Formats: sequence, C-alpha cells, structure tokens
Amino acid sequence: MATDRIVGIDLGTTNSLVAFMQGESPVVIPGDDGSNLVPSVVALDENDQPVIGNAARKYLTETPERAVYSIKRLMGRGVDDIQDELKFFPFHLAEDLQPGEVIRIRLGEEKLGDKTFTPPEISALILRQLKRNAERFFGAQVTKAVITVPAYFNDAQRQATKDAGRIAGLEVLRLVNEPTAASLAYGLDKKQNGIVAVYDLGGGTFDISILKLHDGIFEVISTNGDTHLGGDDIDNLLITIALDDTLGDLGVDLRRSGEAVQAIRNAVIEAKIALSSQTLVKLDVVLPGGKRYLREVTREQFEKLIQPIIDRTIGPCKQALKDAGLKPEQIDEVVLVGGSTRIPKVRALVKELFHREPHTDLNPDEVVALGAAVQANILGGGSEATENMLLLDVTPLSLGIEVAGGVTDKIILRNSTIPASATQFYTTQVDGQANVAIHVLQGERELAKDCRSLARFDLKGIPPMAAGMARIEVKFLIDANGILNVSAREQRSGKEAEIQVQPSYGLTDEQVESMILDSFDSAEEDFRQRQVIEARNEADTILAALDKGKKSPAWGHLTTDEKKKIAKMEKALIAVKAEDDYQAIRKAIDALNQGTTRLAELMMDSAVSTALKGKTMDEADMGEGPTAPHPMAKAEFE
Amino acid sequence: MRAVNFCEACGKVQPPAPVDYFAFFGLPRKLNLDDAALEKDFYQLSRKLHPDLNSQAGTQEQEWSLQQSSLLNDAHRILKDPIKRTEYLLKLEGVELEEQSKTATEQARSSGEAKKQIVPPDLLEEVFELNVQLEELRMQKKIGEDDPALIEEIGRQKLELEGKRDALLHELQGHWKMWDGMIQREQNGQPVSEEERKYLCDKMVDVLNRRNYIRNLVRDVSEALEN
Repeated sequence: MATDRIVGIDLGTTNSLVAFMQGESPVVIPGDDGSNLVPSVVALDENDQPVIGNAARKYLTETPERAVYSIKRLMGRGVDDIQDELKFFPFHLAEDLQPGEVIRIRLGEEKLGDKTFTPPEISALILRQLKRNAERFFGAQVTKAVITVPAYFNDAQRQATKDAGRIAGLEVLRLVNEPTAASLAYGLDKKQNGIVAVYDLGGGTFDISILKLHDGIFEVISTNGDTHLGGDDIDNLLITIALDDTLGDLGVDLRRSGEAVQAIRNAVIEAKIALSSQTLVKLDVVLPGGKRYLREVTREQFEKLIQPIIDRTIGPCKQALKDAGLKPEQIDEVVLVGGSTRIPKVRALVKELFHREPHTDLNPDEVVALGAAVQANILGGGSEATENMLLLDVTPLSLGIEVAGGVTDKIILRNSTIPASATQFYTTQVDGQANVAIHVLQGERELAKDCRSLARFDLKGIPPMAAGMARIEVKFLIDANGILNVSAREQRSGKEAEIQVQPSYGLTDEQVESMILDSFDSAEEDFRQRQVIEARNEADTILAALDKGKKSPAWGHLTTDEKKKIAKMEKALIAVKAEDDYQAIRKAIDALNQGTTRLAELMMDSAVSTALKGKTMDEADMGEGPTAPHPMAKAEFE
Repeated sequence: MRAVNFCEACGKVQPPAPVDYFAFFGLPRKLNLDDAALEKDFYQLSRKLHPDLNSQAGTQEQEWSLQQSSLLNDAHRILKDPIKRTEYLLKLEGVELEEQSKTATEQARSSGEAKKQIVPPDLLEEVFELNVQLEELRMQKKIGEDDPALIEEIGRQKLELEGKRDALLHELQGHWKMWDGMIQREQNGQPVSEEERKYLCDKMVDVLNRRNYIRNLVRDVSEALEN
C-alpha cells in the first residue's frame, strides 16, 4: 500500500472536487462546509486575502472586480483568444499584455501594487483548497495528485494545469482526460466489455470520446470536442437577453455595472437549472439602484434559444464517429458527464445522435473526480478493485512542424495512442550555424497560421560544421499526459543539443518556481494565522458563556474553591489569547472547559426546569438551547 | 522470438533497443499478419510497459517505460494497418514511394508547382472525364445551381473508384503471398536473389502508387460533393 495518498482532482470550470479510492470504490472528499463541490471561484477579501469556493461567491455580487470565476477558460490562452469571454468577466486584465504572453489578471485596487495573477496561479489557489480539504480529512499531508483536463485541451492548456498543480504544492503524477476518467468510474461500476461513448458538456468545454472497454483495458479510439463551448455560453446568451431587455424596457444600460451583471448572472443560472425540472420560470432580479427586472421564461422559449449552442456538439460527435470508423448503432452505451447534460434538450440531442437512451446513473457532477481517484489508485500501485485496469488514451490534435511555405507538416496524427513519438532530421543552412529554430504546431489545418502555435524550440550548441553536414535527430515525444517533450542529438558528434523552449501563452520553469515559493510562504502563514483567529474566536465564545454563567443562579451553587479555580483559568485564557500561539490558546480553552463542567450541568438542570415551567430557551438565557451538549462547548461555525 | 523489452523473470522494463517494428513484436518481416494475435500482444505488452503501471519503479525504469511504450504504440499503429505495414516494410528495404518522397515534396513546395503524380494508364480516360464533371459541378455551385443528374453520375463514378481502390488491396495481398514465401525460404536458409527481392518490391510499389492515386481522387471527389 502506498504510504503517500494520491488523490484524484477534477479542476472544473464551474466546480472542483477531490476524491480518493476508499477500499473498493472511489469517494468524494467534502470541504469543511460539508459540500462535495468547491465552486471554482476565487476572490480577494477586505484584507486582500484569497477566499476560495462557496465563501467567495458573495464577493462576485458585492465586489465583482475582486473576484474571478471560470478561470479554466483562460488557462493556456492568449489575450486574443479570450475576447468573447471578456465580455462578461468583471475583472480586469493587466494593461501591458503582449501577444503570445500568458494572461495576467488584476484583482483589486492599485494599493496591491503590481500584483497581478496568472490563470495558473488562480487555479493553484483552488487546488490548494482541495489539498487542504483532503489533508483535513486524512489528518495527513497530501502531495501527489492526478488532475483531469478536457480531452480536447491542447499542449499549452495542459502545461498550464500542470503548472497550477506545482504552484499549489502538488506533484501532478498524471493529467487524465475527463471523458476517459468518467469511463473509468463507469467501467469500475459496470465491469462490462463494449464500446462506450462519453458525451461531456461542462461549464466551459465540450468533449466526446469513444472508447473500447475490455478486460480492464480502457482504450480510447477517437476523441473530439470544443474547448470554447459549455454551460457558460448558455448563461451568457441569457445574460445578453436580460441586458437588452433592461436597456429596452427600463432604459438602463447595465453592461458597465459589474454588480448588476453578476446579479443577473446568478438569476439566469438559477432559472436555467430550474427549467430542467419545470416548464416555466420567473426571473426576478433586484438591480443596483432598486429597480426590479421581471421576466417569465418557458422551457420552450429556453430550448429555442439554446438550440444553436447545443447544436455545436453535433459536428465533433460525427467527426469522432468517423475517425473511429463506427456507426452510431455500434456504440453500446452513451455516458453523460457534466452539469449541462441535465438539460432535457441536451439529452434529447444525444438520444438522436446515438440512437439510444443515454446512461444517466452516474452523478454527472462527480463522475470525473471519481474516475480520477481510480486512476490515482492505479498509479499508486493498484489494489484488488483496479488490478486489471489500464488506460490507453490518445492525443486529440495532430502535431506538426512549420516548413517552408508556411505549411504544416504533420508528424503525429490525431487519435494516435499515447505515448507516441516521431523523429525528424534537420541540418544547417550556413557554415558554422550553431542554432536551428523549430516551430511546433497543433491542429488539423494545412497552413501553419491556421494551426495553434505550441512552442518555438531553439536547438543550441550545434558543433561548428560546414553547411548541410550536421545531421540533427530531433525526437518528438507526446507523453502519457498528452504533453510534448523534445530531445535532440547531433548524430555526427553524438552531442545532445540544448533545447530552449518558448512556450506559447505559458510560464517558464523559473516563473513557476518563483510562484511556488510565494505560494508556500503565504500558505504556511495563512494557515497559522487562521488557526490563531479561530482559537481566539472560540476563546471569546467560552468567556462570554462564562460571563452568562456567573450571572445565573447556578453560579451560587458552586463552592468557593471551584469559583477560585475557574477565575484562575479564566485569567490564564485571557492572557494567552492576546498572544500568537494557537496551541497554547487551545490548551487554555480545554482547561477552562474542564473546570466549568459542573457549572454547565447546573445551568442545564435549571434550564430544563425553567422550560418545564413554560419558558423558552431564549428566555432562560441558555444560548444554544438543550440541543447543545455543553453550554460552554465549541460554537458551530457555519 | 521476441525483442526483450521487459524481463520475463522479474517483470522490470528494459532499456529500449533500436529495433524495427516487426522485431519489436518478435515477428518476421512477413506481410501477412494475424490481426487478432497482434492485438493480443499489444495489450499484453501495454500492461508490461505502460508508464501508468510502472509508476512505482525507479526514475531510470520510468524513463525506459516511456520510451518503450511510445515505441510499442508507434509499432502497433503501423503494423495493424495493411497499407501502412506494406509502406513501412518497403522503407525498411530502402524503397521509397513517389508520394512520400520528402525531396519531391520540398521541391514542389519551393517551386510552387503541384507534385507530379503519374496517372495510372488504365485510368487516363476516366480521370479526364471525371475532372471535366467536377469542374462543371464547381461552376454550378458557384452560380448556385443544382444538377441532380450530374451529382448522381459523379456519385456513381466515386463508387466505381472506391471499388477499384479496394480491388487493389486484393492485388497487393497477392504480392504479399509471394513476398512471405521468399522470406520463409530465407529463414529456412535457402538463398534468395537480389533480383527477386527487387522485383517483388517494385510490384508492391506499383500497386501502392496506383492505389494512392485513386485514394486521393476519391478524397477530392468526396470533398467536391460535400461542399
């Protein structure tokens, strides 16, 4: 059994989850609020401290320019790619962004100085939250994880996800494609052989994967998708309509108001979800300034509106089937993944495409995290439940090199099983040439300018030779994470060429390193600070309860000795509370708790008898009432 | 007789050796292949070599496992497809198809001309007629007209071409038999002449070139019909 627990993480556009394999089955680890889902929302609070998840959501409507959601849509992308997304995002980008550069976001006011955040840093905050949830659950450190990514994510997007893991202090053992992870959860459950299609429509991305399952091997045959398509697009469509409405009816252009847009967004999302089970819903938004926006939406109207969006999933599905050489009838099962697949119209579309009812037993919000946990288990050496399981995934996009004439020369085709490699030979044009530049691309188009720039490699340190004499063997290897690795060797001299990578839209190794240190320092400090604050809050609660106790009739029943002891402990607690040592504070709290047990019992008795006389608990001044086991016990923080 | 990619005794991954794809699977350079056996071997080797199942091993082994499994996947991809398998074997024998020729491609790109593709003589008339029809179709589409009769006729031609393309695979498989026989004799220690080798290679190159031509034509027709 592995000594280090490896967790599986679904880093989603809308929600994130962490899970692990508990015996025979994977299980989601809840946060300290008891929720399995951590909203992928990050905000800065009044003290410029990061707040993540449910707690961050209120900042979206109150101080939207200090909050970020759907950061996944910005991972591995440049400023030109996200113009659509920017329309409704309330935060601001740094002013001096260059093309090809990683995006930087400014949260908060200028007093933060030049503090901007890159998408991997924001994602790292979410990952750190999940890491802490897992550590709290296990009572032990967690440093290794499997993180899922959309199957259609390109190299830059995958690298950004890996960087985020590293910044959060996690060793990312594997990136797993989301549909493949879902199939693992499904296959573990069903244990049947066959051909499975996974239709994954999440908050920001769409993936369709076709897999062959047999004897524990999960082999992806083909995959396709759209990384610019998801529930968010449906939301944005409805927001646009609401904004047009308010402009028309109320004569107010709310686009400028971050608060208004976010309030509308909340209402629109609620309505969208409600329409999956109701046929009529009423939008009722209180706008800043007091005006109200009211609108009824029927399911029919909603379906008509979103048809063009969900129709965009048809093309990729047909292409995936074509690439697999299969007809819809040959698919044994269609598995639905992602919150957006709850929409009845989406299910109807899937049924029409694949000529069968989709499989809806698995929770579409959790299945990816559960699958990641299964893969984590396999990587950790496996267990009885997973001993025969192996994932064989593919690269979703063709890999090419730019050659003379601006054309792409494809060297690894899409849907090739990974790890996969290709070898190319290069030579020099000029006598003594020491460098060779290679531009690597991803995509299916003929021209380099229509493909996605993956990176520019500079092969350095080629030994001086006459032009055309050097024979440089360059090996392109796509690893099991779907990420490209390049190595080069000049054959005549046998010298390994030094490779310098200029990642497009990405961070260099040095940048990631520097971010890790920052993150760690503040994490430790944050953690410690929070412990102190929590301990002080508890101390205050118990001291306040003690004050009440002193005023109650029960106090009179204590002996002088007991009262003296209590006074001593109270004084000690007050003294240590002013300091920074949270462990000392807790010790003092425990001591005072112990010392006041009898007082509490007496107060309890009197409260009960008061109640029996017809008074309420409030009137008896009991605070939490009879359900609290000890009036001076820890308060439940919500 | 299999290339040693992992140790049978202790199961550990071995450093990858520079072998060709046939040797990797422990197969002779024969063109007829048991598809089911190849698939079975592929899965078996995947279980031994895949990085996921070697994550507990040392760094060196993990590196080897990455190299080995990419070699495994590359080899499987090429060997399981009859056309790719034949092209690969010919490459091993030092023969290059005219379509694949890198130099020809580069020359074509820099001169801006289309790469020369020899039209198979028995198709000359058909190809000429088809090109005329395709041009007509393009003109019609430009002005927005639709001629269902023309589209039907082109569709019929496409089906005929697809038939020819598939028939060529059968012809190729005939040559496979000859080739495999030759390899078997070689394995038995009998002498095999350079002429025989070259003759069989040339035959297969010829079939592949003709098939490639028809395949490209079918693709062009499909595109024209779809747009």
